[in-house]
Amino acid sequence: MTMTRLVAAAAILTVSAGAAVARDRIQIAGSSTVLPYASIVAEAFGENFDYPTPVVESGGSSAGLKRFCEGVGENTIDIANASRPIKSSEIEACAAAGVTEIIEVRIGYDGIVFASDKSGAEFAFTPADWFGALSDKVLVEGALVDNPNTSWAQVNPALPDQPILAFIPGTKHGTREVFEEKVILAGCEATGAFDAIMAENGGDKKEAEKACMILRTDGLSVDIDGDYTETLARISSNPNGIGVFGLSFYESNTDKLRVATMSGVAPSVETIANGDYPVSRPLYFYIKAAHLAEIPGLKDYAEFFLMDEVAGPDGPLAEYGLVSDPELAETQAAVAEERLMN
Amino acid sequence: MTLRSKSLFAADPHIQSRKRADARFKLYGLAAILAGLALLAVLLGTVIGNGLGAFQQSYLTLEVELLESKLDKNGNRDIEEIKKVTTFGYDPLLTAAAERLIETQNIQTDLRAKDIAKLLSKSAVSDLRDFVVADTSRIGRTVSFDFLVNARVDGYLKGRVTRESIADDKMISAEQLDAVDQLVAAGALVKRFNLDFILGSDASDQRPEAAGIGTAMLGSLAMMLVVLVLTLPVGVSASIYLEEFAPKNRLTDLIEVNISNLAAVPSIVFGILGLAVFINILHLPMSAPLVGGLVLSLMTLPTIIISSRAAMKSVPPSIRDAALGVGASRMQAVFHHVLPLAAPGILTGTIIGLAQALGETAPLLLIGMVGFIASTTPETMGDALLAPNSALPAQIFEWAKRADPAFYERAWGGIIVLLVFLVAMNAVAILLRRRFERRW
Repeated sequence: MTMTRLVAAAAILTVSAGAAVARDRIQIAGSSTVLPYASIVAEAFGENFDYPTPVVESGGSSAGLKRFCEGVGENTIDIANASRPIKSSEIEACAAAGVTEIIEVRIGYDGIVFASDKSGAEFAFTPADWFGALSDKVLVEGALVDNPNTSWAQVNPALPDQPILAFIPGTKHGTREVFEEKVILAGCEATGAFDAIMAENGGDKKEAEKACMILRTDGLSVDIDGDYTETLARISSNPNGIGVFGLSFYESNTDKLRVATMSGVAPSVETIANGDYPVSRPLYFYIKAAHLAEIPGLKDYAEFFLMDEVAGPDGPLAEYGLVSDPELAETQAAVAEERLMN
Repeated sequence: MTLRSKSLFAADPHIQSRKRADARFKLYGLAAILAGLALLAVLLGTVIGNGLGAFQQSYLTLEVELLESKLDKNGNRDIEEIKKVTTFGYDPLLTAAAERLIETQNIQTDLRAKDIAKLLSKSAVSDLRDFVVADTSRIGRTVSFDFLVNARVDGYLKGRVTRESIADDKMISAEQLDAVDQLVAAGALVKRFNLDFILGSDASDQRPEAAGIGTAMLGSLAMMLVVLVLTLPVGVSASIYLEEFAPKNRLTDLIEVNISNLAAVPSIVFGILGLAVFINILHLPMSAPLVGGLVLSLMTLPTIIISSRAAMKSVPPSIRDAALGVGASRMQAVFHHVLPLAAPGILTGTIIGLAQALGETAPLLLIGMVGFIASTTPETMGDALLAPNSALPAQIFEWAKRADPAFYERAWGGIIVLLVFLVAMNAVAILLRRRFERRW
């Protein structure tokens, strides 16, 4: 009896090894910000085509691109979702593993919003406020000192007198980079700290930018490595906290969150589309061109994703919170021609 | 020490204090048990309170006219042409049906039919398309169809969504809720038991109301099958050898120590091993329950070996000696006498090991079984093992991460399903032990 079972187990293994050669299902991984959009499209794709529904995993932009760059073949993913553009170091890593042909697809824009507990006070932020609250060093009377602020009112008297406690995305999230660039760095320049750092280090712009983006480590700025649900849970248990979310996440949880304005503009699909709301970033996915011929439906998926009915301003993605790309037609054409990066 | 002069019937202070200490100790034990029970009650109360809602869902009955002009423009019922009409093409049918609903039920509202149609789940169009594609002769007829309503409306009927909570919500308005009230009063919108939650598949972020745990359950079952088929024979063979045949030397000692250590290795380690060996070297498919089962087998094997050995050790040596004494070979003694007597213990250990593997999420993260995966129900056994799928705990984890609060309810509902599974497995283990166990 034992022997027959072992033989059966061995048989299963052999069959599976044979099946592994021909994968017929698209495998996607990457940004947790893009995940909802990708799964909405994957579901509709499975419904409208005869191909099986693609598999969409999350884990963050960097993790997804790392898996994307592992090589070419059935046991690697076909598409990486990313909430930031691919870095040149990642393109090099890809090339080293044989992934030389990559198609970049921009699907639209996502707003980054700042929200606090629904029962808390209203906030109207500027990037300078966030720099003053979270930066490691701030400018006080013309000198760079360790950040002394512990309350929002100390940063800006117009803000409520509430202790500073910010839940920001961890470094593996693409959102973090946008937050650093469009909020912290912008605030650094606006407060004059940037020029002070430049003056101190002898005019090295790159180093000054880096120095600007060093955040305080005394516990008032908390990195969240998980998803937005974790940020939401932290705020629910700590009503003084202010969290960084994606616009679509906020729109699903308007009963628990109060959104803050940034530079006087409230975030919405409209204000992001017309550029009034300053903190937004493009969302991407990257296709492994070598897989286009191997994996059935891969190109159809990409084209379906970009259809006006899907990614356009009236499509289901916009309804979920994606700000559709004004240059969608250009991207559609690029995918139709399988135009490679560079 | 003073001499006791009192009667034996009157307790002296020393004895009294000892008795009090005794009573206190009993009380501590009782308090510990009560605390444990209270925590269990809180846990079960939270799980059931949060999760029971997932087993009920709200449906709206609509009369839909399957217009030939929309679905089959050429009128030749060619399935390939009908398939070309995407789910977006079905939206106008629902709007028309909503318009008819407003008229027939006499709903007083300023909303357009389109806004009433938005009360429906996003899955409504795909349900309708599946219905038409399954039998094209239905085109042209008017059919009565029970559609899921979206998670906000469903939450309103369940009390999770109120008019205050949707003040800033773009997905639903107070006027729509007024219409919902009238539809409920008219009996067109009802909340009932939702079998699809138990049997259905995962749905995307926009349709929490359509998500079910059935496909993930099949994934878990397929993994358990792989684990059982692999670990039971290997585990039992290993423990027979170690217990009955192996010479007692340093090598066997080393093997024994290592098996015990393996049982304590964190499960994520097996996940990394699975990724490196099964997917990257052996090229087994990603996200497949087969790979999940292989990884969990590695994790379960030590548990089964340890419990099987314990079961065999508890068979008295007199049984073996008697069998050997009447001329049985070592193998006959094991298979005819020791193994049948140890079987209940081995099975109990196996079931407990399986139950442990059933609740494991960490190793599945690394082999791609967490995400939007369990969206199509496998049809054949091969599919169940090889097609990408999730597992019960991985599906719960996935739902708990999603933005829409309705998924949160489903995560708790999933926990109820998982707990029912675990309780059933443990009950089988207890039953087997009760029925077959022999004491010496």
